[in-house]
Amino acid sequence: MTINTMAKGGWHRDQMSCFRKMEKVIVAMQDPDMGMKMRNQRLLITVIPHAMTGRDIIDWLMKKYNICEEESLHISGLLVKYGYIYPLKEPRSLVLRPDESPYRFQTPYFWTSTRWPASELDYAIYLAKKNIRKQGELMEYEKERYSVLHKRINHTWDFVVMQAREQLRASKQRRKADRIVLECQEQAYWLINRPPPGARNVLDMGLERPNNTARVTLNSEHYKNEIDTCKRALGRNRVKSSICLEGFMKYSEQYQNHDPIMQGCLPSNPWISDDSAHWTINLETVPTPTRLRVERWSFSFMELLNDEMGRREFMTYLEKEFSGENLAFWQACEDIKHGESSKIVEKVEEIYRNFLAPGAPRWVNIDSKTMDKTLLGIRHPHRFVMEDAQMHIYFLIKKDSYPRYLKSDLYKNMLAKGIVPQETKKSVFPFMRRQRHSSPSPAQVATQATEEGGNTKGAGQAGTNSAAGSNV
Amino acid sequence: MAAEKAEIDALKKECDGLRTQIEAARKAVNDGNMSSAAGSATDVGRVQLKLRKSLKGHLAKIYSMHWSSDSRSMVSASQDGKLLVWDTHTGNKLVAVPLKSAWVMSVAFAPSGNLVASGGLDNMCTVYNIKAASPKTLRELDAHTGYLSCCRFLSDNEILTASGDTTCCLWDLETGKQKIIFTNHIGDCMSLALSNDENTFVSGACDSLAKLWDLREGTCKQTFSGHTSDINAIQFFPNGNAFVTGSDDCSCKMYDLRSDQEVITYQDASLNAGVTSLTLSNSGRLIFAGYDDFNCHIWDSLKGEKVGVLSGHDNRVSCTGVPADGMGVCTGSWDSFLKLWN
Repeated sequence: MTINTMAKGGWHRDQMSCFRKMEKVIVAMQDPDMGMKMRNQRLLITVIPHAMTGRDIIDWLMKKYNICEEESLHISGLLVKYGYIYPLKEPRSLVLRPDESPYRFQTPYFWTSTRWPASELDYAIYLAKKNIRKQGELMEYEKERYSVLHKRINHTWDFVVMQAREQLRASKQRRKADRIVLECQEQAYWLINRPPPGARNVLDMGLERPNNTARVTLNSEHYKNEIDTCKRALGRNRVKSSICLEGFMKYSEQYQNHDPIMQGCLPSNPWISDDSAHWTINLETVPTPTRLRVERWSFSFMELLNDEMGRREFMTYLEKEFSGENLAFWQACEDIKHGESSKIVEKVEEIYRNFLAPGAPRWVNIDSKTMDKTLLGIRHPHRFVMEDAQMHIYFLIKKDSYPRYLKSDLYKNMLAKGIVPQETKKSVFPFMRRQRHSSPSPAQVATQATEEGGNTKGAGQAGTNSAAGSNV
Repeated sequence: MAAEKAEIDALKKECDGLRTQIEAARKAVNDGNMSSAAGSATDVGRVQLKLRKSLKGHLAKIYSMHWSSDSRSMVSASQDGKLLVWDTHTGNKLVAVPLKSAWVMSVAFAPSGNLVASGGLDNMCTVYNIKAASPKTLRELDAHTGYLSCCRFLSDNEILTASGDTTCCLWDLETGKQKIIFTNHIGDCMSLALSNDENTFVSGACDSLAKLWDLREGTCKQTFSGHTSDINAIQFFPNGNAFVTGSDDCSCKMYDLRSDQEVITYQDASLNAGVTSLTLSNSGRLIFAGYDDFNCHIWDSLKGEKVGVLSGHDNRVSCTGVPADGMGVCTGSWDSFLKLWN
């Protein structure tokens, strides 16, 4: 991985853009005028200022950014997870509780973005301090890590212990409140950078991708291959951009009605309505296909061939014209191309017997040049031995039979008979028209909001219920 | 030594010369531009997809997911060492496949629905039969010398893999042997996409190039440059004439196969996180790209504008997918959840 979002020290940090955003929120929260309302934390006789409750945080975010409670919970959860705010009660549980639980801001010195990567030396000093301060204060996993570190950086161990003692001495000079705050801050920092076993490491960045192109030696062999590849690439047929771009436009337009994300789908999208009717009426084989499906058969020959029902209908049509052997041949060739290698020889033989041999029962009309080439190839059958013949027949059907099929009564009847399902209205709000289109224009959203005015509470509840029901 | 170097220099020069000629040929056919061609297209407006389901079950980062061709089941892989096959409609887990190696990076569903394949830092692609009473390992494809970044089935008999050893490989599942090795990239291959007709495929790699390959002949047909960093994701446009790439340089690009060049770049000054994954809606109009900024952004593929965002994940979006029937999008993330939107 190269470029972009470099943290201090030049280390690439994927999450940096997120940290910057979180820091902006934190800074806004600490604004003296518009920021959060601070409370005091009471610890027996010590009073520590600059604390806030989870509820306050949620409310402040909702007000400041004009978002709903769910989103506010999510964002504040992220702030806690990434160490910008830490809980004062139950410090090891890095979640944001929307109640009276107290939280405090992490000092920028310990921000995830500034002190990264956490150094082993610092961790050793931290654990040493904890150990010295009170015997038995280290947790099991911390004890294990402490001994591992002791082995690994043994050569600097004197320095570690000395630093730990020094820092402890300095902290004794501070006021009790400050000392407690600093201890909490440090603990929160290490909970994130060295999570206890079982807790997910949010700072994990995945694989180190080696950036060495030394894997491929750039020798003359390599360049000779490159030259061949380039020569081949140069010889490619190119079509004018304008025509290609036009092609994309037309495709998108043509398929827009067939794209459930863009246009919704009838009778309803099963993910939204939990009604799988749409899937039932669109199975591979149904007595009557939907109109949209039959329409797609006219978009391109491949659409027709890829749909099992379409192929069957087309075959019926071809049989009437006594040219069914063409499609059968094409299908048999496809079977060889995608089937098991061990069956290739027998399949090729069968094709020869049925379609290519003189006097074969389903003889296909291939031009003599292709026929000769194919017959020669059959002597040493392989997966693509029928390729040329198959292509010939494919284009024959595509240019001739396919367009006639689309004009035939058989197809037109299919289209007319095609089901256009009724849109099912969601039963929760029988009087409100549920839109199929999953992306209403902003104007529509605004008018809906005013319509819904009195029903918002009900909508919210219904929403959460269905979400709860679908969670695993 | 000097003679060898002189030879290499001469060859390099020839290569560069050919590349310049290719660029010139591309420019010669470049008589249009996507934004103007798309001027007549109807506006998509602001696309707001709602979260419909959140699939919980994985215990660690989700690295990859793939829809089944029935558009209802889906398989996901997580570094907790499990593959989970889900029925996305009910949210139930259908099959759990325990992996020998937890460091999985890619997963694929066979079009028949009988097999799934996975691979990762173990350098192998393991194929499982999930229709058996309990998931059985069918094959262990072991020949790559680098991690497996992506795999895709052509059928129950053939599978294509992309690896960190810079090669892609076509395997025969009956024999478990390599049939064709595709070498030309000079950086780790990160992802691949099969064309509809299964005659060609495209691959994206850490050398910032996307390459088009002929599946039968095993040769590289064309190279597409333009990105300035690793290409992490690649998908075909549904009509098969173009493909879209997503890269660590924070942009996505669409390359057209017929005019042989890049047609549009999707980037935004406010987006400075790398693209990890991408997928397109059925009509090709919408591109759903997962970024390192924990969101999945939606692009209008024709107009090149950002038209929406799917946010709700607590960590990087590592994989996205639209099922064959186009009902919605699934996003999977390092926060261990899969979310379905439409």
